[in-house]
Amino acid sequence: MYVAVKGGERAIENSQALLAELRRGDPSVAELSIEQIRLQLRLAVDRIMTEGSLYDPELAALALKQASGDAIEAIFLLRAYRTTLPRLGYSVPLDTGKMRLWRRVSATFKDLPGGQILGPTYDYTQRLLDFALLAGTPVPPAPRLPADAEPVPAVLDLLDQEGLIEAESASCGDPEPHDLTREPMRFPASRAARLQNLARADEGFILALGYSTQRGYAHSHPFAGEVRFGSVEVELVPEELGFAVSIGELEVTECQMINQFAGSKSQPPQFTRGYGLAFGHSERKAMAMSLVDRALRAPELGEAIDSPAQMEEFVLSHSDSLEASGFVQHLKLPHYVDFQSELELVRRLRINAVQQDEPT
Amino acid sequence: MLQDDCTPTHIDRTARQGWLRLLSHAPLDLLECELGALTGPHPQWLRRPEIGLVMVQGRIGGTGARFNLGEVTVTRCALRTDPGRITCREVGVAYVLGRSVRHAELAATADALLQDPLTRDRIPSNLLDRIAASLDSEHAKRRAQIRATRVEFFTVARESGATDAP
Repeated sequence: MYVAVKGGERAIENSQALLAELRRGDPSVAELSIEQIRLQLRLAVDRIMTEGSLYDPELAALALKQASGDAIEAIFLLRAYRTTLPRLGYSVPLDTGKMRLWRRVSATFKDLPGGQILGPTYDYTQRLLDFALLAGTPVPPAPRLPADAEPVPAVLDLLDQEGLIEAESASCGDPEPHDLTREPMRFPASRAARLQNLARADEGFILALGYSTQRGYAHSHPFAGEVRFGSVEVELVPEELGFAVSIGELEVTECQMINQFAGSKSQPPQFTRGYGLAFGHSERKAMAMSLVDRALRAPELGEAIDSPAQMEEFVLSHSDSLEASGFVQHLKLPHYVDFQSELELVRRLRINAVQQDEPT
Repeated sequence: MLQDDCTPTHIDRTARQGWLRLLSHAPLDLLECELGALTGPHPQWLRRPEIGLVMVQGRIGGTGARFNLGEVTVTRCALRTDPGRITCREVGVAYVLGRSVRHAELAATADALLQDPLTRDRIPSNLLDRIAASLDSEHAKRRAQIRATRVEFFTVARESGATDAP
């Protein structure tokens, strides 16, 4: 049992002052603005919003600055902030088919309406350090080509006219999904509850689990059917109005993963799907999420559960960086009394062992 | 006389949806420049500006069952305009993504004035068009940028009889 300690106020205050001084660094060097972080470290900001489960780029940038760049600490700050605000309601579900794209690629279909659009990506960079950035060289504007507005429908639905890929449609009545911010996780979890958990889950953990499914620790043969990143409008139905209004845009990354499925007694062989959706430009997260989503569908598809990524309780109970970080790091806090009692116990056991060993 | 959704009957709902969207999406500095003088120090708040959270939902696979993705910050308010500045009979409502109380107040003020035929001309006649044009130009810029990154990958098929075939 943990026995609390008290005292130490002065040292704690001074520690926080020292932290603030080190966070600021050499005062002769210009201080980072929140605007600079938001615009120039956007992928870090996007990760903090995704795992902080709160889309607000300015607050995520502030959290990153306050946390001296520690993503998990910043995620904690954002989650703590959200508890101070009232919940005004739920949005109309996002229509990712109407996304205003920054990027859209498919690894399965070469010719798509709207085309394969690389957009801004690190994918084909050579990973050589760019010393021009060290020197602060001005960046020339990127090339532009004349383009008309054209719809870019989701490729899976469009190109699977033979019905070889499982379709996704809302069930009858379009029921309200489980909300983990209101009700704790229960097992077995619905797919909606799993996706909410995975959406805010630690990227490293989900990435490793997704990777494990590719290396053979689940029955997974995935193809990236489509990865898209862009802006979608958020709509809600204000209680004063009673009809839907669009209140702004947010950026999201979506991944539609396609996996082989051998079929079962009731279903012919077809491709099944895993889904990933994350705030901002978060492709690694969305892709890993879609792999884990698919692996966790094992019971529904009648697949043997023999790998960690398929084990719902294991995955969903250890995915949250707040809980994981809190429990691991609480070991740093004073455990003097607990340890003293353990010391006593070990001493007694040793005395007993010595007495038993002595010849009578 | 109100419709069941609290929009006056002489206002087309689609039209109101349209301007509420544009007012929410508009750049704040444009709204401030065009509407700032229409707000007074004493608006009659039916709902004071409030920052809160809206849970954003997605659909599994883009088209399937709903799930909760995460929250966004949203600022909302409802008001009648400051009678010391403009007398307007209608209630203006705003819901705006983010935490700008001023954006919500400006949008709600414009919503009120646009609903009342006696005050509609206080809104610069081309404001909504200018907001739309500003958004369109951003959208067109992005389209031109990404068009330059559209790629045609070629599948490299191995020619028959290649000498390095296993």
